[in-house]
Amino acid sequence: MSDVGPAERALRVMDWPADGSLQFEGSGIHALDTGGAVVLSRAVRDAQRRGCDVTVEGLRSEHAQLMNLVSVHWDAMMAHVAARPKGTARLQSVIRNLLDRFLRGLGFIGESAMALLRVGSSPTHLRWRSALNSLRLDGVNALPITGLLTFLIGVVIAYQGAEQLRKFGTNIFIVDLVGISLLREIAPLIAAILIAGRSGSAYAAHIGTMKVTEELDALRTFGLSPTELLVLPRMLALIVALPLLTVYADVLGVFGGMLIAANQLNVSFTAFLARFEEAVALRHFLIGVGKAPFFAVIIALVGCYQGFQIRGGVDDVGRHTTMSVVQSIFLVIIFDALCSIILNWWNL
Amino acid sequence: MSVAVQTENPVIEVSHVSTRFGPAIVHQDVSLIVRKGEVFAIAGGNGCGKSTLLREIVGLLTPTAGRISLLGADSRDLQETDGGSLYRRFGVMFQHGALFSSMTLAENVAVPLREHTSLSARLIRDIVALKIALVGLPPDSGVKFPRELSGGMRRRAALARAIVMDPELLFLDEPTAGLDPMIAAGFDDLVLNLKRLLGLTVVMVTHDLDSLWRIADRVVVLGEGHVLGMGTMEQLAAAEDPAVRNYFHGPRGRAVQLNHSGGESHRD
Repeated sequence: MSDVGPAERALRVMDWPADGSLQFEGSGIHALDTGGAVVLSRAVRDAQRRGCDVTVEGLRSEHAQLMNLVSVHWDAMMAHVAARPKGTARLQSVIRNLLDRFLRGLGFIGESAMALLRVGSSPTHLRWRSALNSLRLDGVNALPITGLLTFLIGVVIAYQGAEQLRKFGTNIFIVDLVGISLLREIAPLIAAILIAGRSGSAYAAHIGTMKVTEELDALRTFGLSPTELLVLPRMLALIVALPLLTVYADVLGVFGGMLIAANQLNVSFTAFLARFEEAVALRHFLIGVGKAPFFAVIIALVGCYQGFQIRGGVDDVGRHTTMSVVQSIFLVIIFDALCSIILNWWNL
Repeated sequence: MSVAVQTENPVIEVSHVSTRFGPAIVHQDVSLIVRKGEVFAIAGGNGCGKSTLLREIVGLLTPTAGRISLLGADSRDLQETDGGSLYRRFGVMFQHGALFSSMTLAENVAVPLREHTSLSARLIRDIVALKIALVGLPPDSGVKFPRELSGGMRRRAALARAIVMDPELLFLDEPTAGLDPMIAAGFDDLVLNLKRLLGLTVVMVTHDLDSLWRIADRVVVLGEGHVLGMGTMEQLAAAEDPAVRNYFHGPRGRAVQLNHSGGESHRD
């Protein structure tokens, strides 16, 4: 197959007569594979198109058979070569896909809301066991990583702030810096981003795998709603878990800042805590924790939605898992920015 | 019967192969020979190590003991060295197609050509188109992605990819499993046709008794790690061994056999 390349190039650059009759002498061909047969057939056909009268002589019988095979399939082959999606068709399909995805997203939100209403009207419908399990997996098990990361973020913020504050001799303001930024913005965001990466992706992968293996269809044939069974418990668990994780993150983050304040700025723990009481208003804490349930809904819905969107094969699972993380972090930050703008209007 | 089959120089020689996965014994002392130009089938019940044997022959697995020679080379070398030119001389069609999901069908078929040859893009396109046409896929399928194809079409595409390098040897893992009878029969014809046109030697793993009767020149039946029987379908159907009799004379086996009685007329 690899020896056909030179032959093809030679045939292509050859000086062909414009017309007249042309004879290919095939008796010198020792070996011919389909690649060679394609090259030869193309040369013959090109010559014919130029108006030559072409004959191929002296081929061995098996080579003639191969040439025959190519000529039998030539039209189908050319149809394959010609088949290419047109630009407008591609654009159309892109637009249709986007619209389709948007509508499916809306549909999914509606479906989840309906399921929530159903469960709200009769709480016995909620899968408590699965919700509690999810609470353990997505909440309790996330404690170490969330705690460690916000602690380190508190340390980092305090270090960076310490440099600047020391210049002005306003060491005590480290409390304002660490307290407000962590409680109001950073701790809820870090917790949400971690959960999006940890749990949102797991939801997408789990539901997606169930879809690929037709487990979701099996559930439906039992008259069970996958939304009620798989989405709601996870969403409710996250709505409970994420605010709690945020509080926990607040505590460890501030503790990290406090250590650095004592170490670098000579602000003792008691001085830090005394200042904390007067400098950091309760509303900062409430705003931070108040955002967490919304983050939770975003993460759970996006993760589950991406899981349901998986079609066809296993190859889709990875793609949609990635998409679930990217989209939920994206939406969480957009929501957070909107909150900041709106709260700023209200002077909070 | 077995058309002009050469006896010398077997294409594949499996000698005294044993395979163990932990405590589970898959093969014990399996020996067989595949001759040039034949359609050789590996049959046997579920979990008898058919696919494992196939994977060992093409060098994806190493047997615990024994030796497998593939086209004159030790198939263990396939893993250790890059196999060199050996990879160009055989093609494998996996059970579920194993098409690369990030590529279109035509790109899938072109992979071996792009990797192993330095042909021009135009020639690659032509050869790919020919192979796709040969397996009977419709013209608009080349630009589709595997997930947009039906199971039967995916199987055909995988076959096109397996034969794109004009291999001497074609391996098929359960080519007709899960296909409807019409499409399965069509697939059998396709394999026979390609074998005739391209001069292939075909090794296939199958459960499909119809396929066995229609296209296999010789069949080996594996069971409990051993070779239970080997020969033409007629020989196997007449075998005394109770395990082999069970395999071919179950309720389904009998029905198929009735259809194929004097089955040679079905062949070309």
